[in-house]
Amino acid sequence: MSAFAESFHTAVALVLQADPVLLRTVALSLAVSATACAIAAGFGLAAGAWLAVIAFPGRRVLIAALNTLLALPSVVVGLVVYLLLSRSGPLGSWGILFTPSAMVIAQTLLVLPVVGALSRQLVADSLRDGGDQLRSMGARPFTAALLMLLHERWAVATILLTAFGRAVSEVGAVMIVGGNIDGVTRVITTTIALETSKGDLPLALALGLVLLAIVGAINGLIGIAQRAQGLPLAGAR
Amino acid sequence: MTPILSLDRAGVRFGAVTALRDVALQVHRGDFIALIGANGSGKTTLLQALHGLVPHTGTRVVDRRGAAQVMVFQRPFVLRLSVWNNLRLALWLAGVPAAERVTRATQALQHAGLSALRDRPARALSGGQQQRLALARAWAVRPDVLFLDEPTANLDPSAKKEIEAMLAAFAAEGMTLVMSTHNLGQAKRLATRVVYLDHGTIRADLPTARFFHEHLDARAELFLKGDLKWDV
Repeated sequence: MSAFAESFHTAVALVLQADPVLLRTVALSLAVSATACAIAAGFGLAAGAWLAVIAFPGRRVLIAALNTLLALPSVVVGLVVYLLLSRSGPLGSWGILFTPSAMVIAQTLLVLPVVGALSRQLVADSLRDGGDQLRSMGARPFTAALLMLLHERWAVATILLTAFGRAVSEVGAVMIVGGNIDGVTRVITTTIALETSKGDLPLALALGLVLLAIVGAINGLIGIAQRAQGLPLAGAR
Repeated sequence: MTPILSLDRAGVRFGAVTALRDVALQVHRGDFIALIGANGSGKTTLLQALHGLVPHTGTRVVDRRGAAQVMVFQRPFVLRLSVWNNLRLALWLAGVPAAERVTRATQALQHAGLSALRDRPARALSGGQQQRLALARAWAVRPDVLFLDEPTANLDPSAKKEIEAMLAAFAAEGMTLVMSTHNLGQAKRLATRVVYLDHGTIRADLPTARFFHEHLDARAELFLKGDLKWDV
């Protein structure tokens, strides 16, 4: 049996046996990334809707900057948050460096541009189709933009899934601000990096499989919900 | 009689294209105006200018009696919500008190013959049903003026008949309607006034009976005969 097949076999066994280390690591990963995405969703969707409809000097520059931040390297975010939260930094008094809270902040900053930029584009495109109708019905611009987020909620769900995927799969930021402390800040990606460097491939592979399964399951749920919404009307002419 | 809505010397440009040029139009309470003209003559732009949806030069005066306005578009836009929630949302946007919304939405569904489809996703309705929903949504808010942009375009004869019946009922209730249409028969059947547009300019504005029986200018005559060429 090849090394890969052997590692894969052991990884599957770890998943099936619900290995405690694996479960703890997965739980922390999900908690950190889901919290970061929830915070980014709140701010990012509102900011995206606002940017889609409100005119002000410098709006185009801000949109260009936001789009540029889509490719923001996670290590840069980690570095910036590290500098802010370190003892000598402006937020050092919070004392949260190397805690899950610091990881949430870093991942929120990482995915905020994703949610903001993609939702802005989504709202702008939707308003081209139905914006006049909503204005005609009395909707103010920001209200119309928020209604478009409701209208395109499955696309919004896809954006949030994309953001979650980016958060849960990044390693640079959480490694820097979390410190990869066993049982405290060790998440899926930092564990994979560490275990691979130690040569313990089965645990790394098992975590990789779990990561894929989580994202696949969420994607599947969104697909099912979308199909349920789009069922043709029985009896429609 | 004081108009409830008027445009004076209105002009609209989209880049290098002049969509409306020096247009003056007065809408009186109870009017059912049909805007007719060739494709690109400015009918939709005139509706949007009257409704205040496009920036324009000139003046637009809205009387207090004509302040509540709604437009039904050629391709109705309905939100990905149920038929019922689309109606309730329209009432909320129009500022209708919460206590009245259920009653009004129920009445609107009955008016449009959509009661059985109340919980269906609005986007799953047929084209004719979506247009009826758009009209029900507009009727529910009791607008002073209802603008309609080719409301029966792309519908089959049966759906067209249903929509026309709804519009006739709205007019009978005293609602003021301004509708663009390519259907001259529809204009004859429904409208009290016909406004003919050509290249963004109003060429005729007459009561319906006179419009179809009097001698009009040469281009309007060509349009009515179906002989107006696209490139002239």
